[in-house]
Amino acid sequence: MTDPTTSNISPDASASTGISIGGLLRSPASGAFMGFAVVFIIFSVFGFGRNFLSVPGVTTWVNYASLVGIIAIPVGFLMIAGELDISTGAVLPASTMTVAIVSGHYEMPVLVGVIAALSVGAAIGFVNGFIVTRTQVPSFIVTLATLFAVAGLTLYLSILFINTTNSFYHAPDWAKSLFGGKFYGFNSSVFWWFGLICGFVFFLHYSPKGSWVFALGGDQGSAHNAGIPVKRLKIGLFMLCSMSTAFAGVLQVITFNSATSQANFGLIFNTIISVVVGGVLLTGGFGTVIGIVFGALTLAIVTQAIGFTNIDRNLSFLIIGVMLLIAVLMNDTFRKVATNWSASKKK
Amino acid sequence: MSSKKPILELRNVDKSFGPIDVLDNISLNVSEGEVLCLLGDNGAGKSTLIKTLAGVHQPSSGEILMDGQPTSFASPRDAQERGIATVHQFGGTYPLMSIGRNFFMGSEPTKGFGPFKIFDRAKANRIAVDEVQKMGITRITDGDRLVGGLSGGERQSLAIARAVFFGARVLILDEPTAALGVKQAAHVLRIVNEAKKRGLAVIFTTHQVMHAMAVGDHFAVLIRGAIAADFRKGDKSREEIADLMAGGESMADLEANIENRTESHSGHAPQSNA
Ligand SMILES: Nc1ncnc2c1ncn2[C@@H]1O[C@H](COP(=O)(O)OP(=O)(O)OP(=O)(O)O)[C@@H](O)[C@H]1O
Ligand SMILES: [Mg+2]
Repeated sequence: MTDPTTSNISPDASASTGISIGGLLRSPASGAFMGFAVVFIIFSVFGFGRNFLSVPGVTTWVNYASLVGIIAIPVGFLMIAGELDISTGAVLPASTMTVAIVSGHYEMPVLVGVIAALSVGAAIGFVNGFIVTRTQVPSFIVTLATLFAVAGLTLYLSILFINTTNSFYHAPDWAKSLFGGKFYGFNSSVFWWFGLICGFVFFLHYSPKGSWVFALGGDQGSAHNAGIPVKRLKIGLFMLCSMSTAFAGVLQVITFNSATSQANFGLIFNTIISVVVGGVLLTGGFGTVIGIVFGALTLAIVTQAIGFTNIDRNLSFLIIGVMLLIAVLMNDTFRKVATNWSASKKK
Repeated sequence: MSSKKPILELRNVDKSFGPIDVLDNISLNVSEGEVLCLLGDNGAGKSTLIKTLAGVHQPSSGEILMDGQPTSFASPRDAQERGIATVHQFGGTYPLMSIGRNFFMGSEPTKGFGPFKIFDRAKANRIAVDEVQKMGITRITDGDRLVGGLSGGERQSLAIARAVFFGARVLILDEPTAALGVKQAAHVLRIVNEAKKRGLAVIFTTHQVMHAMAVGDHFAVLIRGAIAADFRKGDKSREEIADLMAGGESMADLEANIENRTESHSGHAPQSNA
């Protein structure tokens, strides 16, 4: 503390106040929030006369965001850890069909179906993580392989068990209101999403193990040298991702009463767009849960709520494309600001 | 010196990666309050030896003894828990994470209870900043700063400060002075000396004769994975040590070589045409 320029600033100043302009600016969530705000304002202006801000308008995109978001956050964890998971597009239908077959066709209690679906997710996640940690194959390829393998297996087993690729399932009332109910227009999944967000924020940003996830994406060799159980952590993250996807499948089948075994390739893109628009660095090591939440909300507005505005529905993909590019460029700038920012300099 | 008990001892340790033999029949020991300098050319196997002691690699054959008991380090965490702290040659810091989180990576301080233990950011930042300042890096005052914004030497100092903080019995530093300025290198050497006075065993590698001579009590020279010389301070002259560090070739010859090469190109440095 002999440096005259810093002697009047306590090193603890920033640590104890917690929130400061610089602290907010260097958070990767701020870019995501600004993107969300811009899209929200533009859509509010163009949708003022067409119910964008009405209850059906808002619930449409929030409901959609919740299902994508439940999956996108753990996909984001993996991206922060330097891995990609695109098998979600097959895990979701595998989960919905599991519930429909176990609890629908075989009339087992709904919880048995839910646990079966989550177990299917856990197993797929374990296989993904196991192969990624034991081989040099990039996770993009490993999960591409499991995407197709699981998609094919789901179709095959659906035909084998119930001789159809689509099925219906009506959950008992208590399960319907718990997993697929509606409260003022919001699906149960929105509340589940909110609960999971709290858990995910705690895990990534407050629990001591959150640092480890960032370390994996920052420098895996050093993380291993620092005594972090790299393989176990990575397998755990893949399992978390597939189980969250399976859980989204459970919510989906109980909300909409139907299941399909068709792979959902759109989901892969939607989760990755949410994560990247949410400010997670593609190469790993940087990102926030709240950023991903805003990413999912932004994506949901652009794809789902465009019908509540005067904007031509066909422009939605164009907007997404432009938004994605802007987000990636902005993330870069934000990261530079974050890296160079210091409480003692006040640039 | 030899009356002190060895903390760590290697007996006939070999290490190979598949068909590549990197360490060949290494026997070495380091005692409390002693600095062991590992010397050797690029690729001689110094980092591999250090990684074996840090639990990153397991020996292919041979024994590791700690306090005279045969042991093995199953993982880096295992070695750390037994008081061995290591700064590896490359990496060790995460550019997009804060100084506080970097410092405590893998050994996070927490507050709270049960499943709701949270990372104690204020404490981590305070200790990290204090320890880095002790290394002579007084410009670092904010533990929330991302490490990516620090200079290479500042990052290196952070990694060393971390090891000094966590190293209970053995401190292992792989080329700790390589990225450092004269003043910071002197700080590191002073810290090595302090650790030694506190009774720690220190193992450290360097390519600089000056640095080795300044703190080493015990020197081991590796040539192509085997121990070519193992001697104590004062047993050999500075020139002899320098020659050994160059992989057995004499410094004088090497210098003559450089002269010749320049001369044969009529006074100009040779142009690369590769
Ligand atoms: N994981 C590995 N697999 C195969 N070969 C390896 C591995 N790690 C090291 N080696 C080889 O072992 C030899 C010794 O490497 P090491 O890094 O221990 O050298 P060093 O003495 O630390 O050199 P330097 O002074 O350049 O740091 C090198 O030839 C290297 O190619
Ligand atoms: Mg080395």
